[in-house]
Amino acid sequence: MIELSHYLVVSGILFSIGVVGVLRRKNLLMLFFATEIMLNAANIAFAAVSSYYGDLSGQMFAFFIIAVAASEVAVGLGLLIVLYKKQGTLDLDDLAVMKG
Amino acid sequence: MEQFAFYLFSVLTIGLFLVTVLSNNVLYAMTSLAAGMVIISGFFFILGADFLGVVQLIVYVGAVMALYSFGMMFFDATREIKEKNSNAYLVFFLGGMIALLLVVMFSAPIMGEGIVAMYPSPEGANNPQAVGLVLFTKYLVPFEVAAVMLLVAMIAGIILAGKKMDDSLTTKDENHEEEMTFSLKDVR
Repeated sequence: MIELSHYLVVSGILFSIGVVGVLRRKNLLMLFFATEIMLNAANIAFAAVSSYYGDLSGQMFAFFIIAVAASEVAVGLGLLIVLYKKQGTLDLDDLAVMKG
Repeated sequence: MEQFAFYLFSVLTIGLFLVTVLSNNVLYAMTSLAAGMVIISGFFFILGADFLGVVQLIVYVGAVMALYSFGMMFFDATREIKEKNSNAYLVFFLGGMIALLLVVMFSAPIMGEGIVAMYPSPEGANNPQAVGLVLFTKYLVPFEVAAVMLLVAMIAGIILAGKKMDDSLTTKDENHEEEMTFSLKDVR
């Protein structure tokens, strides 16, 4: 039988991969991918805690996280398309127009 | 068997998501992300959350990845992404430390004693039935709010990525302005 901490460690490793992606990437699409990784890591932790305590609340929160992720992707990709049509690039360094 | 599946899945997800984060090609990143999502649904099946696993497969692998692939048509996907990274090791160090801090923070209450289930899974019901029972009784209002949020997201997606993508959304349309003044004169 696998312990709960194993799942939490895997979830933490996946979340840290997502954090590294958010900090490292300069392309906006790659930032979206890293965000998805972080949300999925949180989902694994929720499902594991829900299963080990016999409580369904964790699974409910995982459902709502999936709903939030879906709407985030819908709005975010729309914004990315508008931005790409306007600027011709998705690189964060080129998009930094408010440099002081 | 369960342990074998767990370790296999964890190694595979970590590897695939590392490819997603470190790859310079958008197509490789997207493909490995989709594969990682499929394997994460395997975690849910191990944990006995069958309905959650199916929803993960349908929503993430089916809908979100299809949306990304459609969005990829607007971008130049085959080109390698050139990024300049000033200090990669600092980023890895900071990312690891932040994640460690978050894990400690969030796992501290779990390690405590005396946690009881608020909504225990009903007796004699399999997972989808139990999910339905809890979702439509205790979590009905958040469910409706999530439905409204998805509607808002759908409308926003249609408007943002709609047909008039040549026009700017923020600056005013001049033809439209003329029309407005004309109609105002008309009224007078």
